[in-house]
Amino acid sequence: MVKEIEKTGLPVVHVATVLPISETVGANRIVPAVAIPHPLGNPDLSEKDEKSLRREIVEKALEALQTDITEQTVFVDEE
Amino acid sequence: MSKKLQIVHYLNQFFGQIGGEDKADIPPRLEEGPVGPGTALNNALGEDAEIVNTIICGDTYFNENLEESKAKIKEMLDEIDPDLLIAGPAFNAGRYGVACGTVAEIAKEEMGVDVVSGIYPENPGYEMYRQYAYFVETPDSAAGMRSAIPDMVKLVKNYIDKDGELGSPDEEGYMPRGVRKNLFVDERGSSRAVKMLIDKLEKNEFETEYPMPVFDRVEIAEPLENLSDAKIALVTSGGIVPKGNPDHIEASSASKYGEYSLEGVMDLTEESHETAHGGYDPVYANLDPDRVLPVDVMRDLEKEGMIGELHNKFYATVGNGTSVANAESYATEIAENLVADGVQAVILTST
Repeated sequence: MVKEIEKTGLPVVHVATVLPISETVGANRIVPAVAIPHPLGNPDLSEKDEKSLRREIVEKALEALQTDITEQTVFVDEE
Repeated sequence: MSKKLQIVHYLNQFFGQIGGEDKADIPPRLEEGPVGPGTALNNALGEDAEIVNTIICGDTYFNENLEESKAKIKEMLDEIDPDLLIAGPAFNAGRYGVACGTVAEIAKEEMGVDVVSGIYPENPGYEMYRQYAYFVETPDSAAGMRSAIPDMVKLVKNYIDKDGELGSPDEEGYMPRGVRKNLFVDERGSSRAVKMLIDKLEKNEFETEYPMPVFDRVEIAEPLENLSDAKIALVTSGGIVPKGNPDHIEASSASKYGEYSLEGVMDLTEESHETAHGGYDPVYANLDPDRVLPVDVMRDLEKEGMIGELHNKFYATVGNGTSVANAESYATEIAENLVADGVQAVILTST
């Protein structure tokens, strides 16, 4: 789906947990998600912390959308 | 085989030379000998085989009267008692491909009669019925008849030469049927795997025992220039839908996608939304659907001016077991809508 949308020229970022699938299928901009049942959440955290985490991932996704890339790129945090 | 192989040929109304779309509603009929492309097949088969009868049925009639068509055709096949069935070639004609596949299933499953056919790989008839026939790969239109016929003839001749015991798709020239045959080999799997790995590490040639599907690549889209002015849309394969799943998107093998309004929606909650996806534990997504479709955060970013706006609609389907072909077709439509609505970038979430 990511690729079909990108074919129209819209930048798309795939926020996905199972990176090997996203990479193999060929999404260009990928942001790793937390877990399959809660890609943008973590029920072990407090509501406030969870929302913070979600925001971090979304901000990373928005960053990916603004980044010029030349090849498939997984956007991870710089350690 | 001592006597000439007796073949029945299945054709639609067009190749059966009855008419075009205007005749797509004709019920199954039986003709003596070969018709249309069957003549070329028959001539090429020469002394080894002959098309004794041709069954012709309208593509629309077949697909709209499935049970009657199947019953009638089974009756005809029982009467003729052929050694082999040839269906099509159907190229990329969907209804015709499905009809050929269904007839192949009758012949193979109910009568033990093998089937040779020709089809374009993306024709749904191939994916649905590939285990019932030896499908030769054809181009997507009838212009491909000139290669389809010789390819099908070759396969039939191989079939005759080998007394019906055809080898692998590569050897014989048909498309994979997804049929698994067990065989004993001398070397055990662990040993073969390690040898293959060593070859791979040493950059030697190696042959995989299980080819992985190949995915095409899409040209990288230009990045967003001005985030604070941009209209961003959310799309998900995680199955987030309004509470009650009003469009009944299936938990697996979704046959559709949904378009849902985010007008005035600042946050997804247990009361307002849910997940329809059957492939992951739904508990967390049901308690807080923002965990799959981050509406709450997007609204915050919108309010703060970090993004221009969150698009007032979101799109969802269920990725669980949904075929690539279907997912692509949903996304093509979704993309059309997004572009028409002036969306400039998309965040697509998957579970």
